[in-house]
Amino acid sequence: METTFSPASMLSITEHGLPFDTRSDDNFCRELPSTGILREMLRRMLTVRLFEESAVSIHSAAKMPGFVHTAIGQEAAVVGACLALRSNDYITGTHRSHGHPIAKGAEIGPLMAELLGKATGICRGKGGSMHLADFSVGCLGESGIVGSMMPAAVGAGLSARMRGTEQVCLCFFGDGAANCGAFHESLNLAAIWNLPVVFFCENNGYASTTPLHVTTSVPDIAARASAYSIPGIIVDGQDVLAVYSAVSVATERARANKGPSLVEAKTYRYREHFESNGAKAAPYRLDAEVEYWRTRDPITLFSRVLRESGRLSDTDLETMRSTVQEQVDAAVTFARRSAPPDPSALLEDIFI
Amino acid sequence: MSDVTYIEAVVQAVCEEMRNDTRVFVMGEDLHSTLYAKALQEFGRERIFNTPISEAGFIGAGIGAALTGMRPVVEAAYSPFLYSAMDQIVSQAAKSRYMFGGQTSVPIVIQAFVVYAAAAAAHHSDRPWGLFAQVPGLKIVVPSTPYDAKGLVTSAIRDGNPVLCFHDMGLLGQRADVPDSNYTVPIGLAAVRRHGSDLTIVSLAACVSNSLDAAAILERQRISAEVVDLRSVTPLDRGTILESVRRTGRLLVVDPAPRTCGIASEVIATVSESAFDSLKAPVIRLTAPDTPVPFSPELEQLMYPTVAVIVAAARKLCAARS
Repeated sequence: METTFSPASMLSITEHGLPFDTRSDDNFCRELPSTGILREMLRRMLTVRLFEESAVSIHSAAKMPGFVHTAIGQEAAVVGACLALRSNDYITGTHRSHGHPIAKGAEIGPLMAELLGKATGICRGKGGSMHLADFSVGCLGESGIVGSMMPAAVGAGLSARMRGTEQVCLCFFGDGAANCGAFHESLNLAAIWNLPVVFFCENNGYASTTPLHVTTSVPDIAARASAYSIPGIIVDGQDVLAVYSAVSVATERARANKGPSLVEAKTYRYREHFESNGAKAAPYRLDAEVEYWRTRDPITLFSRVLRESGRLSDTDLETMRSTVQEQVDAAVTFARRSAPPDPSALLEDIFI
Repeated sequence: MSDVTYIEAVVQAVCEEMRNDTRVFVMGEDLHSTLYAKALQEFGRERIFNTPISEAGFIGAGIGAALTGMRPVVEAAYSPFLYSAMDQIVSQAAKSRYMFGGQTSVPIVIQAFVVYAAAAAAHHSDRPWGLFAQVPGLKIVVPSTPYDAKGLVTSAIRDGNPVLCFHDMGLLGQRADVPDSNYTVPIGLAAVRRHGSDLTIVSLAACVSNSLDAAAILERQRISAEVVDLRSVTPLDRGTILESVRRTGRLLVVDPAPRTCGIASEVIATVSESAFDSLKAPVIRLTAPDTPVPFSPELEQLMYPTVAVIVAAARKLCAARS
C-alpha cells in the first residue's frame, strides 16, 4: 500500500532522534488517504475491538482457558501501524497482540479458535492467546516473554536485506519491554547494520500494573532512540491517522535503506493487565484516569473524523459495525464448533 | 582429502555450505580476525558478520533470519556465553515451531566451544549439553573427530531445525584426513569406535579418546571394552546403546559434564528401562562432580574422568565376571 502523505505533512522527525510531538487536534487529519483506506482503518479497528470484547465475554464465562491480555483502547496504534505496511512486510508481536494479526489481514476464525485451543486454531491450539502467529500474512509470532521477540525482528530485517526483497519488519513492543536488555541489543544491532526495521512502542503507561515513571528513566521511550542515532517519533496513539502517517514515514525510510526508526504511540488499555474473572489487582490507577482515556477512544474519535468529513454516515457506521459483529460472531461459532486437537498432535511439530 | 585440524574442518563445513546455499551466512564476535579471517575475502562482510558482544541480540537476530528463509550459523565462542541468550535459545529457537503449530521452523545452527581443563575458571568452562538437552525442540551434537565435526556441522546447517554444535576445545588441534567437499554425518547416530564383549563404555567429546586409551590398556588386562561415541546428545541414539549393552551386559558412562541430570543419567535410565535384564553388574558413571569449575589447575584436574579412572571403573565392573 502506498501512502498518500507527502513528507512535508508528516510528523516531524528529528535527524538526531530527539522526539517531539507536533500533532494537535488542529491538524488531526490534514491530508487524508483515500476513502477506501480510511474505511478499512475503521473496519479493522472495529474488528479488533469486537474480537477482543468477544474474547473477554467468553473468558469471563469461564469458557476460554488460560491467560487473556486485551489491548482494548489501543486499536488505533495497532491498526494505524499495520495499515502503513505492505502485505508482504513482517510484524512481530507481544503478549498483548490479538489485534495485530487481524490488523495485518489475518482471518479471524483461526485466531479465535486458537484462543479456545482448538485444532483449527492458527497454531493448531498449541500457542494460545499470547503466542499467535500467522505466517501467511507476515505475522512472525508473538511472545509471552516481554521483549523476547525484538531481536527476531532485527533478524527479519537482516534477512529481507540479504534476500533483496524490500520488505520491512515492524516490531511491536510495550513500554515495559523498553527496560529489557533485548531492547538495547536489538536497537543497537539494527542501527549499526542499518536494517529495515521499525520499532513500534505501544506505550500504554503501565508495565502490568506498575506505572512508567516507577520503572523507566525517561518519560518518553522515543527519547532512547537518540542513544542509537536513529529517529525517535512520538505520536498520539489514539489517532489512527497520526500513527499511520508516522509509520508510513518510518517504513519508507527503512525501505530506502535509511535504517531503523523508533515510533512511540502514547496509548492506553481500558481493561486490566489480564482477564482474571473478578480477581482484581490492588488499585494502581485512578478510575478518573481510565474515564479520561475513554473520552479519547480511538474508534469514537476516528468515526467522528469520517462523519464530519462526509466520508461515513451514521447509517454506514452502523452497517459496518453490525457486519463486523456478524463476522466476529461467525468466528466464535467456528471456534466453538471446532474439535480439540487430536492427541497425536501432542508429539507433532517439534522437529521438521 | 586434506590433512586438516578439527577446527579447520568445522570452518570448511560452514564455508562449503555458504558456497552451495545463498541462504547460509555466519555471525559472531571477532570472526573477521579469527575463525573466518581467510574466508572473509571470498564471502565478504554481508555473509560473515562481526557482531557486538550482544549474544541475545545476534542469536535472536539469527532466529528472526531463520524464520524468514535464511540459514544462519551463529558462532557463540565459549559455551557459557550462550546463557546470555538463554531466553532466545529456549523461548524462541526451540519453541517457535511447536508453539506456532508447525507453520515455521527455525533452521539456525549455534556453535560453541567447550573449554575445560584449561584453567579458564568457572565463567568459561562449562560443558552444558545436558543442560540444553532439557529443552525440547533443540538438537545437540558433540563431535569427537575432525571427520565427524565437518559432517555433523554440514548436517546441522541442512537440518532445518535449531542445532547446537558443541566443540570440545581439547580436540580443536587434532588432525585428520577429511574429504575436501562436503559430506554429512547423520545427527542422532552414535558410532561404535571399538568393538568389545565384556563391557560398553558410552562417552562423548574428548572423553571418547580417553575411553579408547583405557580400552587399549584393558585389552592387555584381558578385558574387552566396546566404546560408543554418542556424537549426538539430542536425538540420543538409544538403539546403539541398548544393542551394545545387551551384548556386553555391563555399562560404564564417561562424561566430563556435571553429574546430576546429565546425559550420563539419561543413558543409564535408558538402559535401566529397556535392557535391565541384560545387566550383569550395577552400572557406573564417571562424570565431573556437581561443582563450578575452579581456577586452580591442581583442583580442576581432579574433576574429569582420566584414563586411569576409566580403567579402574571398568575393572571394578568386570571383577565379578564368571
